[in-house]
Amino acid sequence: MRRIALAAAAAALALPAAASNEAELKALREEVAQMKKAYESRIDSLEQRLAAAEAAPQKSQSPQDGAARAAATAGGFNPEVSVILQGQYRRMKDVPERSITGYWPAGGHDHGGHGHGGDERGFSLDHSELVVSANVNPYFRGLLNVALKDGEAEVEEAYFQTLGLGRGFTLKGGRFLSGIGYINEQHPHAWDFADAPLMMKALFGEHYGQDGLQLKWVAPTDLFMEFGAEIGRGARFPGTDRNQNGVGATSLFAHVGGDVGRSHAWRAGLSWLTTRAREREAHFEDTDAAGPNEVEGQFTGRSRTLIADFVWKWAPDGNPQRRNLKLQAELFRRSEHGDLACASDVGTSPCSGGVGLGRLRSAQTGGYAQAVWQFMPQWRVGYRYDWLNSGSKRYDPATVFAALDPANAYFTSHRPNRHSLMVDWSQDEFSRLRLQFARDRSMQGVTDNQVTLQYIMSLGAHGAHKF
Amino acid sequence: MKRFLIVLLALLALPAQAALEVFATGPEWAALAREIGGERVNAWSATHGLQDVHRIEARPSLIARARRADLVIATGAELEIGWLPVVLRESGNAAIQPGKAGYFEAAAHVRMLDVPKTVDRIHGDVHAAGNPHFVTDARVYLKVGEALAARLAALDAAHAAAYQAGYRAFAEKWRSALARWEAQAKSLRGVPVAVQHDAFVYLEDWLGLKRVATLEPKPGVEPGAAYLQEVLVRLAAEPARMVLRPAYQHDAPSRWIAERAKLPVVTLPLTVGGTAEAKDLFTLFDDTLARLLSALTLKN
Repeated sequence: MRRIALAAAAAALALPAAASNEAELKALREEVAQMKKAYESRIDSLEQRLAAAEAAPQKSQSPQDGAARAAATAGGFNPEVSVILQGQYRRMKDVPERSITGYWPAGGHDHGGHGHGGDERGFSLDHSELVVSANVNPYFRGLLNVALKDGEAEVEEAYFQTLGLGRGFTLKGGRFLSGIGYINEQHPHAWDFADAPLMMKALFGEHYGQDGLQLKWVAPTDLFMEFGAEIGRGARFPGTDRNQNGVGATSLFAHVGGDVGRSHAWRAGLSWLTTRAREREAHFEDTDAAGPNEVEGQFTGRSRTLIADFVWKWAPDGNPQRRNLKLQAELFRRSEHGDLACASDVGTSPCSGGVGLGRLRSAQTGGYAQAVWQFMPQWRVGYRYDWLNSGSKRYDPATVFAALDPANAYFTSHRPNRHSLMVDWSQDEFSRLRLQFARDRSMQGVTDNQVTLQYIMSLGAHGAHKF
Repeated sequence: MKRFLIVLLALLALPAQAALEVFATGPEWAALAREIGGERVNAWSATHGLQDVHRIEARPSLIARARRADLVIATGAELEIGWLPVVLRESGNAAIQPGKAGYFEAAAHVRMLDVPKTVDRIHGDVHAAGNPHFVTDARVYLKVGEALAARLAALDAAHAAAYQAGYRAFAEKWRSALARWEAQAKSLRGVPVAVQHDAFVYLEDWLGLKRVATLEPKPGVEPGAAYLQEVLVRLAAEPARMVLRPAYQHDAPSRWIAERAKLPVVTLPLTVGGTAEAKDLFTLFDDTLARLLSALTLKN
């Protein structure tokens, strides 16, 4: 505007004969000078207002030259969306009804026998994860994680989380992976091996999810200290859905962590989960004189799990990009006590119509320890050892084995173990290819040498991972 | 005068307050907070000068620090996207969540360069908001400092005047330093350089350096031997005077090129602590200029 006015004035000045009058010229010059002055003062005041606006703290978050330019459209409100593609080729023995000897099969759990890194031989597509998350408003954030596979869409996580509770508190509500242990909160794409640790499979079917509430508190200390409590429906293995009003599962956990120098960081934790099962099912064979039948074993009682976890990471000078080492171990102890029963529709079966088999108490332990070493950019190797102890079980053999075959895997004492060796290559944090060898001795009498070739690709706005 | 009285009253009304806890994502922001706030801020940096701020883990120690922070100073423009959102969320500290007064992003006060027209990971680790390495342009600290002083004043209203005075003192020193650096850098204008990572876009813009080659094929992607060979061919056609490398990056690619193209490698501190000489914001740029100028005097 100012420029146009000046140009017009200049053009007017440049006009020859017409404006030759000295007085007219002077008047014109004065007018131009006044205009200039007026515009200058207006620009000055605009500049002052701009400076004031920039200095005001609330305003400075508003889009300026910087970050938020692209978000000016309604599309800017779209949540962060990411998709994780996973698939594999697996070579392993053909074992019907794979289970872990000595452990109650987690078959009642949603994941059944075909969880992530499942039991399919040959080429297979793993669950594809769809993750959508966004801030709901200044007080809440929401996240949805759906695992998709042929004909099924399983809601892995769907929760809200508070942002504004303050004083170190965070409340989470909905369905979420429980904060117990270390690996339990990680989705399969974040695992360092192609499958879950054996003990996680044995205890939770893969991981333990809660439908309920989680309250976490971070202490205001130099040492990282975090305490959490969860209450939930408790429908997942090792519990069962009990159609009740109260709390079905309770867990407590505590984590501590910190740095040692510039290159080391660690975290350790202790967690406890208690839940109840009613007529939790598993397949057993009975002692029918007419030939064994497949009958349903049922456990009704309390199940408690104790987990100790530890993670140590080394990255020279705090730069993990070129070389780093990650040590990780978890110890588990599960104790259950309640009543055993069996049921069958077959008339000749000793379980016919449902028969109580007395008290059952069990205490089982196990764990895993792993090391993953990135020896050069993009390349990592890792070794994991899994060990389980089917532990002690107390029941009345006379009653139980009158109905159930003592050869059933659950009653067998066995110490399952597995060695896994992996090497993976990641172009960047969005793609990973992995080759894994495992010698799996989780079933008595079977040594299964497994080879897995796996890919993990993540598309879109992939959020940051936890430690 | 009225404002002064209000400040005075506020000072009298409040008991001696503890220093503001500042969680900075980089040493440069901790240093800037100290320049402005002096004793009134307890500034701590989540990273040090030899760390790649793109790739930091959301370590427990960072969450513990963020838990107690009154103010988070971040670079923004997605530089810290791989870890800061997790640290903030996990901290349970409501005051420092994005959008709150306790969260300050420097990028909001900077004219961004290299804003991509299309955002697609086929182009590597691109940032939708533009190149986030603006701290290599010393002029940036004036604008960011001014906004930071206003934010500190808003958070700690009792000492608002002190923060404003702190900023004015800093700005005065900084302006004279800027004049000194710009005078020193006259001979750098138009000098062709190769860079290992596009971390110097703003430095080039400020000092008039001319970037003729980037050793990374895409941002954040380490170059392979074949790509470096291509760069070498390009450098033969359009020679550079030096290779610039951020101090936190591995030196192999720049050394490889430098040996073959007979160029000096200049290791530049991107932030305070990047080199032994870069002890604060002033020595950071003293050292940057000294390193650039000494490479210029070397014969090719």
